[in-house]
Amino acid sequence: MDESKFDPGYGIGLLPNWSDHGAAIDQLIMILHIFMVVLFVAWGIFLAYCLIRFRQRPGHKASYQSATSKLPKYAEVAVVLFETFLLVGLSFPIWSRYRLQKPDPEKALNIRVVAQAFQWNIHYPGEDGKFGPTRPELVNNAFNPLGVDKKHPDSHDDFWSVGTLYMPKGVPVVADITSKDVIHSFAIPVLRVKQDANPGLVTPVWFTSTQTGKASIICSQLCGVGHSRMSGKVEIMEPADFDKWVAEKKRPFKPKDKKPANAQLNIEKLTKGASS
Amino acid sequence: MSHDQDSHHEHKLSFIQKYIFSVDHKVIGIQYGITALVFLFIGFVLMMLMRWQLAYPDQPMPILGSLFPNGMPEGLMSPDFYNELGAMHGTIMIFLGVVPLGVGAFGNYLVPLQVGAPDMAFPKMNAASYWTYFVGGVVMFASFFLAEGGAAQSGWTSYPPLSVLAGEGQTFWLVGMIFLITSSLLGSVNIVVTIIQLRAPGLSFFKLPFHVWAQFVTSFLLLLAFPPLEAAGVLQLMDRVAGTSFFMPSGLVMGETVLDIAGGGNVVLYQHLFWFLAHPEVYVLILPAIGLITEIIATNTRKPLYGYKTIIYAAIFLGFMSFLVWAHHMFMTGMGTVMSDFFQVTTMIISVPSVVILTVLIITLWGSSIRFTLPMHFALAFLPMFAIGGLTGLPLGLTASDIYLHDTYYVIGHFHYVVAPGTLFALFAAVYHWYPKATGRKMSSFWGKMHFWGSFISINFVFFPMLLQGISHLNRRMYNFPLTGEGTTLWDIYPHAASIQDLNVIISIAAWVLGAFQLIFIVNFFLSMKFGKKAGDNPWEATTLEWATPTPPPHGNFLTEPSVYRGPYEYSVPGEEQDFSPQHIPPKPA
Amino acid sequence: MSEALIKYIDTPHPVTGVTNSKLAIWLFLATEVMLFGGLFSAYIILRSGDPSWPHGSEFLDIKLATINTMVLITSSVTMVMAWASLMMKNLSKFRLHMGITIILSFVFLVIKYFEYSHKIHLEYYPKTHNFFGIYYTLTGLHGLHILGGVFVNLYFLITSGKAWREAPTLFTGRVEAAGLYWHFVDLVWIFLFPALYLL
Ligand code: HEA
Ligand code: HEA
Ligand code: CUA
Ligand SMILES: [Cu+2]
Repeated sequence: MDESKFDPGYGIGLLPNWSDHGAAIDQLIMILHIFMVVLFVAWGIFLAYCLIRFRQRPGHKASYQSATSKLPKYAEVAVVLFETFLLVGLSFPIWSRYRLQKPDPEKALNIRVVAQAFQWNIHYPGEDGKFGPTRPELVNNAFNPLGVDKKHPDSHDDFWSVGTLYMPKGVPVVADITSKDVIHSFAIPVLRVKQDANPGLVTPVWFTSTQTGKASIICSQLCGVGHSRMSGKVEIMEPADFDKWVAEKKRPFKPKDKKPANAQLNIEKLTKGASS
Repeated sequence: MSHDQDSHHEHKLSFIQKYIFSVDHKVIGIQYGITALVFLFIGFVLMMLMRWQLAYPDQPMPILGSLFPNGMPEGLMSPDFYNELGAMHGTIMIFLGVVPLGVGAFGNYLVPLQVGAPDMAFPKMNAASYWTYFVGGVVMFASFFLAEGGAAQSGWTSYPPLSVLAGEGQTFWLVGMIFLITSSLLGSVNIVVTIIQLRAPGLSFFKLPFHVWAQFVTSFLLLLAFPPLEAAGVLQLMDRVAGTSFFMPSGLVMGETVLDIAGGGNVVLYQHLFWFLAHPEVYVLILPAIGLITEIIATNTRKPLYGYKTIIYAAIFLGFMSFLVWAHHMFMTGMGTVMSDFFQVTTMIISVPSVVILTVLIITLWGSSIRFTLPMHFALAFLPMFAIGGLTGLPLGLTASDIYLHDTYYVIGHFHYVVAPGTLFALFAAVYHWYPKATGRKMSSFWGKMHFWGSFISINFVFFPMLLQGISHLNRRMYNFPLTGEGTTLWDIYPHAASIQDLNVIISIAAWVLGAFQLIFIVNFFLSMKFGKKAGDNPWEATTLEWATPTPPPHGNFLTEPSVYRGPYEYSVPGEEQDFSPQHIPPKPA
Repeated sequence: MSEALIKYIDTPHPVTGVTNSKLAIWLFLATEVMLFGGLFSAYIILRSGDPSWPHGSEFLDIKLATINTMVLITSSVTMVMAWASLMMKNLSKFRLHMGITIILSFVFLVIKYFEYSHKIHLEYYPKTHNFFGIYYTLTGLHGLHILGGVFVNLYFLITSGKAWREAPTLFTGRVEAAGLYWHFVDLVWIFLFPALYLL
């Protein structure tokens, strides 16, 4: 694979799906479109037939009586039943998985995603699993884009990544989405994730990738002149590689600390935990 | 432009009284119509500029590019200018174009005629409504030239905090909106009162043409849904000019500066207030359109409407439900399962009356004798176009599929199918259909059909590819899909955008072709006033009351007050000589 | 003019039982309900989302507001009496009651002015806290409604002689409509007062 480019395989049609919950979404979209096409075509044929058969011509007269067929009623009832099925059978369960069934935080990679005009800041809690508190006045775009309070004990091992979300394959990621300025929207199309980043509110989303690779994070809410530039990358790695990356990641607050970094976040262990 | 002389007029009015500050609902309707068409044209031009940037990103635009030295230095569009164009295209099309044309022009012109009234209940208020609209429109449009930093650029939705932090154009937008809201409220009070109070003798509610019903329901939507947006507008204006933070949460950081505000606001609150209007607003666009084409279809099928009462109940139900679905635009704000389930269910429910309405219209064709007149072309095309638009609303209405489709061109494709080849076609149909009543002449049928086929084909090449782009997750409101830092491959970040860039070129070319075909319409519209075929009082052999007036109708409309004896769509009544039986002519005694 | 042809301007419609303008004013009031309804819900949501929201009584002057409530309620009563005087065909009494109504409206506005200037003196601006933001927005909008009512009432008072001579029923109907509006404005205040000052 050419490292400088993203995975190919794009074109007209749904983007490839790398997430474990996305298949259900794709299935819903497929079923719906088949339903729509069938309805539209059947209905279109009927329309075309009427236009031809009942065109005005010599000797042809309109009848005062209305059509009496029960067919339209049945069709309408069928539409209603089908919509009920879509709702109850497909959409409700997917959404409740998306919103309610939060993975066990012990077995997940917890991150914060803080949007700002026009970049994505990903905040990792480090070994202790706790995010250091952030304060607006501490924001410094070069050194501390999140405004982390470095004096706080929870922040000593925090680190962050600007623009790229690194994550392991097969491990649920729980991301708390928020924003520093205006509303943005955190979308990873191939992972079938989308969530507005609202300033003043924190909204969690979770997703698990079934595949390694690189893909884009796209801002899906108009946020100003740089909206179209506000993209990021998500880089999904084998768990072992991810651990390595975490180890390599320079720890911002205690650069002289020589403690072996592997111990920070043993993702491989988490993977096994998650699959069992 | 209404006509040469009306002989039925007793007073001598000056030109200004007659055509500018007129209180005659027909003149006001025509004023509304022309102004709205001009704004539609402006909205269309803005969009054509955007389409250049989308098809040929970052290439200087020839010729036109030099007209906008600020927004397009050397013909290159700047991102803020793109955002201005987008926000103003949406705002102008909806609030200054389609609604004033559907409600202001046709509501004003037709409702008093169709209910057999001499005028609107409050003629002066009617004129006030038009002039408030006019001022609102001027304020909006002027912001391109007068506002520091250009026009509003936060989308037609104007979500804070972006809109609160944006340049002066947003203040113009808010002030303009307050004018437009006021105008709509004046207009819809007038329409409701006219329909309730001024119906001709014998014209009971269930003898009204469906168009009147549609305007009736629409007016209620405007009356009840616009004020909350006014509230949101006032609050946003306070945030901008008085420094409150209703929509501004604490701790906002722009760049590295902490904003000096009290904070404590709520960003989602605005969205609720906005969509509480803006969802009913989309039915404000579609209902008059459906009303108009119902008249046209009934006239040209020479047959009573199938299920007249059904369609009325469907419209009322649609109006009622439209207040309960607004949050389907906000699924991705992070709402919980209870709310999202509620709103998906209501959204699915609201699709049912639309299905019923479409079914009624199409079953009406069964057993009819279809006259393929020029208006009928547009009216028939409306049906499948609205069906595509409506059907694509379903995947958006289910939260699960909306995760993927939200904020992509799928949404753009969805609603343009309902507003452009849907509503706009219905309005074209209506212009062609009632033009003879207003001017005494028909528009050229040949050029009209050129306009129809050109528009119909090209518009599908504009909007169908957008659905495909949406399925491929092309995001909306994108100025371009730019270079990455390394600057090697153009399409690094949006590889999926690169693979479907061809579609953007197709769309843009189709949009320009579409524009070219509109020139036919404009020329036809103006030339037919002079050279069109003369039309009598009832050129389409229709039954409703507006055709019982002299053409063009004089001030006061009817020579004698009409009485109504039958339902609105009595065509091909067995035993009568003509195949149409006007409402004001009593049935022969049996 | 075709206006002469429009029916039910001064006599009620036999089926609906109202004149055009009365129906219109009810519709207009429905929009006003939605407007203030929107603002009140915004107030509730902001307040429930902000733990630092103060109690109105800590900052606002309940005494002045109570006086103002009285003033407004009285003006509503005089407004009814103005209309009733017309119904009893007594123009001079109408003028008296309408005059009092207008004076009371000015009293309300003057008291409001003192309230505002006191707040501003204490440096409580709309941007100090959303509580003040809402306070100024709601009372300000309400004040504008009062002002609008004053203009309408003044117009009726000034033109009453001519209007009464030429079209008494029409004039009475108009005053009634203005009265309905005035009661509504009054009612809004009855909601504002506890919501802002007491809670
Ligand atoms: C006139 C305008 C109009 C109309 C009528 C509609 C109609 C509908 N709309 Fe649309 N919508 C918009 C204008 C409109 N919309 C706009 C402007 C936006 C975007 C705003 C923005 O973000 O900028 C939008 C966005 C929008 C969204 C938000 C998407 C998102 O941002 O993620 C949703 C989601 O639910 C939605 C749903 C629907 C639904 C379910 C209908 C339904 O009412 C449709 C019902 C119709 C049908 C279902 C067709 C029926 C008929 C048939 C095909 C006949 C079949 C016949 C037989 C069975 C006999 N719309
Ligand atoms: C009623 C509403 C309406 C209408 C009719 C249209 C019509 C069109 N729109 Fe628009 N559009 C919106 C409402 C509308 N739009 C909204 C709300 C948005 C979202 C904005 C936002 O993101 O905030 C949007 C966004 C939008 C975008 C997305 C921009 C982006 O996200 O970056 C695009 C892209 O191509 C587009 C294209 C078009 C095209 C090609 C038409 C064509 O169909 C236009 C066809 C027009 C005509 C055919 C007009 C003809 C009329 C005349 C010629 C008048 C004649 C005059 C006289 C006789 C005097 N529109
Ligand atoms: Cu951030 Cu768009
Ligand atoms: Cu909607």
